[in-house]
Amino acid sequence: MDILPQLIVSGLATGGVYALIALGFVLIYKATHIINFATGEFMMIGAYFCYTFMALAGVPVLPAFLLVMVCAAILGFMVERVILRHMLGQPVISIIMVTIGLSSILMGLAEIIWTSQFKNLPPMFPRAPLNLGVAVVRSNLAYGFIISMAAVGAFALIFKYAKAGVAMRATAGDQMAAFSMGINVKSMFSLAWALGGIAAALGGVIIGAIGGISPTLGAVGLKIFPVVILGGLDSIGGAVLGGLIIGVLENLAGGYLDPFFGGGVKEVAPFVFMVLVLLLKPYGLFGKEEIERL
Amino acid sequence: MRIGDFKETYAADEAVFRTPTVRFWLWALAAALLVFPLLAGEYLIYMANITAVAVVGAVGLNLLTGCTGLISLGHAGFMGVGAYTSAILITKFGVPFILTLPISGLAAALCGVIVGAPSLRMKGLYLCIATLAAQVILEFTFVHWESLTHGIRGLNVPAPTLFGLSLASGPAFYYVIMIVAAISVTASRNLFRTRVGRAFIAIRDRDISAQLMGINLFQYKLYAFALSSFFAGMAGCLMVNLLKVVTPEQYPLHLSIQYLAMIIVGGLGSILGSILGAIFMTIVPELLRSALGLFQGLDPQIMSYLFPLQTVIFGALIVGFLVFEPHGLAEMWRRAKAYFRLWPFEY
Repeated sequence: MDILPQLIVSGLATGGVYALIALGFVLIYKATHIINFATGEFMMIGAYFCYTFMALAGVPVLPAFLLVMVCAAILGFMVERVILRHMLGQPVISIIMVTIGLSSILMGLAEIIWTSQFKNLPPMFPRAPLNLGVAVVRSNLAYGFIISMAAVGAFALIFKYAKAGVAMRATAGDQMAAFSMGINVKSMFSLAWALGGIAAALGGVIIGAIGGISPTLGAVGLKIFPVVILGGLDSIGGAVLGGLIIGVLENLAGGYLDPFFGGGVKEVAPFVFMVLVLLLKPYGLFGKEEIERL
Repeated sequence: MRIGDFKETYAADEAVFRTPTVRFWLWALAAALLVFPLLAGEYLIYMANITAVAVVGAVGLNLLTGCTGLISLGHAGFMGVGAYTSAILITKFGVPFILTLPISGLAAALCGVIVGAPSLRMKGLYLCIATLAAQVILEFTFVHWESLTHGIRGLNVPAPTLFGLSLASGPAFYYVIMIVAAISVTASRNLFRTRVGRAFIAIRDRDISAQLMGINLFQYKLYAFALSSFFAGMAGCLMVNLLKVVTPEQYPLHLSIQYLAMIIVGGLGSILGSILGAIFMTIVPELLRSALGLFQGLDPQIMSYLFPLQTVIFGALIVGFLVFEPHGLAEMWRRAKAYFRLWPFEY
């Protein structure tokens, strides 16, 4: 079997999951202009919630997913309310560092609660791999992709049509104007964090189902930066496209270049690509250029 | 209670250390640092060495992030460049240690300039992510450029010598590190009395205004990157000669974050802050280790919580300082001084 279609298809599937995680990041950035460096840790905590509900409490798959979403929303809400609310109007570096500190706290807590041992989520999808004719996809990855795309679609619909979604877009566009139109801007911030938390946690459960979970799962979260930079920080469509591009790119780079470098190209290729993009287009491919005035 | 001091010459007014009291305490500090290795044990000297290296690195990062406002997540990568440069020069070419110190600084500065080059077009968070990419790429290079870096096995370095004197022991190397740290601190303190340093601050406060006032943004941002990485490279060189080994795991992203934490806890844009932050962030984990050690009798498992607890406290310190004391330890120090200067009066 030819390796190229296989690489592309599984790259697309991974990319779909990246898109979901990046969406969690974009939702928060769009509404609050906060760069959430703790997205990876939100994923990791989401995966551990899922592990707790399914493996320890024996909850079936669907209710467990719902519980994970509820818990992740509460976590996102709490984080915004307790920590980030104080950081309104602070310089970018402070906000970035707060989320980095937050990621450290979450990682340490996860290790204290669930220990650093590697754990496997109980099987939640049918085992048979999906055969697409040109390529075969592992069932976890295939179902993960389907769930991710469904979630991304749902989020996009909420953003486009639901009243809260429209209010969030208004807040993102112009906080003052939104405020004067009677939108409760602060609760929009909370909502954005809750939704962002849900998206990241779902992504974490899928990544955890594919590769197992440990407190260092959050490291995958770093990969969303190439994704969101490529797609532009505030564009949902961009996040999806960026996710798919990065997924395919890293798989191709890993498949073809690993023999020359002795492994590990998969991890670094997205960043190299991102630097090249940034050199040519400093605000990403689809990002909005910020025009500054004095 | 101290009352106002007056000066008779401009030279006195422009002096770095303005009052006799300040000068007295600085001499006292210098004397204390001088006799420290005679009194302290091997472990304390090792800790002092590690801390002083951290001071050099933190001062460097503060030049870039605190003073010029360009956030960098690649500082550990630049330290790694310095460390590897020194290790390779010493082991493969037999260059003496003292020569590798400036050379590793220059090598790191070169990397810094390359990473900083896009900084004219990128700002804030985009730049931050670009430096993150630099960190990832540099780490990859350390691991995979086998012929030069020996991959994950790393390089072993012989004990450094200085003009024929062996610096193998902790106390001997202590003096070298302290001198380098003192020079770095003084140099960066003086930098802010020159055009370059003031241009950095102008860029941080508002880059467009700075440009209107005739500061070449591109040039000065590159200066900031070069200087900061130069310090990082020197810190890396000291580190490798202190530990006598360099491996890629010594310079992970986490270390970059740790340096950022140092300057935030210490105080952004303050030299004193970099020193205090470096000391604080190096000593707290050790204190935590000893504190947990006290409870080991009660629960033998307790040491297994050490690492995650360190991670939590590390994060909590960053968040706590940013929320409650954004100007860091330097500001707390200043307030304490101001309070005692007028004590027992309030104004």
